Amino acid sequence: MRIFVCVKAVPDTAARIKVDKDGSHIDPSGVKFVLGPYDARAVAKAISLKEAAGDGAEVIAVSAGGTKGERDAKKRLKDALALGADRGILIPDDGCENRDPLEVAKALAAAIKAEGEFSLVLLGRTAVDDQAMSVGPMLGALLGAPCVTDAVGLEIAGGKATVTRAAEGRQQTVELTLPAVVSGQRDLAEEKYPKLKEILKAGKKPIADFAYAWTDGGYTVTALEPPPEPVAGKIVGEGPDAVPELFNLLQNEAKKLSF
Amino acid sequence: MIGGMDEIDRFCDSFLDDSHRAFREAARGFAKQAIEPHAYAWEEAELFDRGLYTQAAEAGLLGPSFPEAYGGAGGDVFHLLVSTEALIEAGCTGAAVGLGSLEIALPPIMILGSEAQKQRFVPPVLRGERIAALAISEPGAGSDVAGVRCLARPEGAGYRLNGSKLYVTSGVRADQVTVLARTGLDPHAGLSFFVVEKGWEGFRVSRALKKTGWRASDTAELAFEDVFVPTTHRLGEEGAGFACLMQTFLGERLYLAAQGYALAHAAWREAVAYSKAREAFGRPIAGFQVIRHKLADMAARTLSAKVLTYQCAAQVRAGSCSPAQVALVKNEAARAAEWVCREAVQVLGGMGYMRETKVERFSRDARLLAIGGGTSEIMNEIASKGLGLAP
Ligand SMILES: Cc1cc2nc3c(=O)[nH]c(=O)nc-3n(C[C@H](O)[C@H](O)[C@H](O)COP(=O)(O)OP(=O)(O)OC[C@H]3O[C@@H](n4cnc5c(N)ncnc54)[C@H](O)[C@@H]3O)c2cc1C
Repeated sequence: MRIFVCVKAVPDTAARIKVDKDGSHIDPSGVKFVLGPYDARAVAKAISLKEAAGDGAEVIAVSAGGTKGERDAKKRLKDALALGADRGILIPDDGCENRDPLEVAKALAAAIKAEGEFSLVLLGRTAVDDQAMSVGPMLGALLGAPCVTDAVGLEIAGGKATVTRAAEGRQQTVELTLPAVVSGQRDLAEEKYPKLKEILKAGKKPIADFAYAWTDGGYTVTALEPPPEPVAGKIVGEGPDAVPELFNLLQNEAKKLSF
Repeated sequence: MIGGMDEIDRFCDSFLDDSHRAFREAARGFAKQAIEPHAYAWEEAELFDRGLYTQAAEAGLLGPSFPEAYGGAGGDVFHLLVSTEALIEAGCTGAAVGLGSLEIALPPIMILGSEAQKQRFVPPVLRGERIAALAISEPGAGSDVAGVRCLARPEGAGYRLNGSKLYVTSGVRADQVTVLARTGLDPHAGLSFFVVEKGWEGFRVSRALKKTGWRASDTAELAFEDVFVPTTHRLGEEGAGFACLMQTFLGERLYLAAQGYALAHAAWREAVAYSKAREAFGRPIAGFQVIRHKLADMAARTLSAKVLTYQCAAQVRAGSCSPAQVALVKNEAARAAEWVCREAVQVLGGMGYMRETKVERFSRDARLLAIGGGTSEIMNEIASKGLGLAP
């Protein structure tokens, strides 16, 4: 069994994001980049599937991303290797920040196809920076493989993947014939911390470059702005007398109440 | 703030490689989830959950720099330093030092032990299954190690051990204790190391001691009454104890220096965060120059202790650190910890005096560093010899 896990270097969700002077990039200074939190769970799941499958199974982490500084995707591939992936593939892209998600999916598909056979491609449901949520499904289409998103459970048996996914207000179970592409929720696997032994081993595991001729596609990020400032608070009165006005504002202005 | 690098980290970062940084993040993640939520309760209960040993072992945090052949991760001294930082930040120094007692209990086994002894006594401890403690100090002998009176008298295929040991970190729960005892009359050459196991006849915990700081770690007085110790449990040759102990002091004192800058750094971060959130006279207290400058002074002390300790660690790793150097570094880090933690309490005002805050606990924890692993007076004595100060 051969499992690919696609991972992305993203700013730590605790980081305060500032927009660069040019108005279309974030200012990376002082921002810590990490392995995407959903991606990390996907890696953890891949490792447990590999362990369950036994001998011969292989987990390959793939990342399209930067080669410098905090955006260096190789560092995040090393995180995946430290979590137990066997080797990594880096698709260098120093213009990765605002890259067309379709281009990213094409590059990942090319890198995966170049490796030959695969059983499963795992991804996080979204990258927590641009929240595009599109690479997983596009990758499924490009690889001609069935795809589900938002998996919270995944089992492999008899050439099939049984995926439980979080749908609105219910859980859906879907069976996919392998090879398949699955994007995962946080609950897909428990959070794992890399062990020092694995971190040290990760330094020696191979990471190969896969060159891809990036094009701009039909997608351009034209502006990047901080989210609107929250509206200033309002004190409508005190004690029970304030309730009717509070109720009125919540229902009619904030539209937070509906019956 | 947990996670991320501040200016102090950045200043020291050139000593580290990617594996140290990644390990620090992993250790922080673990400490935040497995220690921080329980820190206050454990300190109040004066004991942390025993389950933490196995959890920490699974996370690879026990003995990061021990060789792989004995169940360690094969890291270096900086891996120990960064994991110590992460554990201390979680606000339960007692848990950090309780987990850390193996860092002083196992080295004599690693240095003097036979292959069979190492295989028997080291891996189960690094798996978190057995707790290890080191027992040197006695009611009548602390600074003066050569004054150890615990007596191991040859008998048949072993020794009869009699005496008592005091202030043994992790001693209440220890499954194995590395004990320094007297096998001969010579003050130095008459000392030998043994491993004594829990449950042996005549070996008992006479008291669990109550402490100022490090409260979540258990500290014991141990009694040995005619305990039979088989020769299989003597480490190295008879009389090899003192020289071995001197060798282990380097690592122990470096480890304590690490606790020093780590406490200072964690207290500083707490104080900075508080100074931005707490308002007085209509503005955050960080708006007062007096507070800002205090924080800057605290940063300077923390930084110098940390850089100094990292430099010392680099020399320990290279095998080029003298006892005098590490003694100076330990003293400086201990002083920085005490002073910075005191000032952090000051920045938090009344809240800094409440046991629910980390800085209150840190300020008590820091006091130990001028006592344990050799007092500051003894450190200065060692330093003055190394510096050639005696007339
Ligand atoms: C929380 C805690 C944990 C500990 N954990 C352990 C442990 O796990 N294992 C272990 O074996 N020990 C442990 N110790 C013991 C510790 O190492 C000793 O307390 C320390 O070495 C000092 O010895 P003492 O307490 O007997 O003080 P003493 O030696 O009695 O010293 C009393 C005072 O006299 C001063 N003094 C003594 N000799 C001189 C001198 N020659 N010149 C100038 N001043 C001098 C000292 O500096 C000190 O100020 C622990 C202690 C504490 C508090």
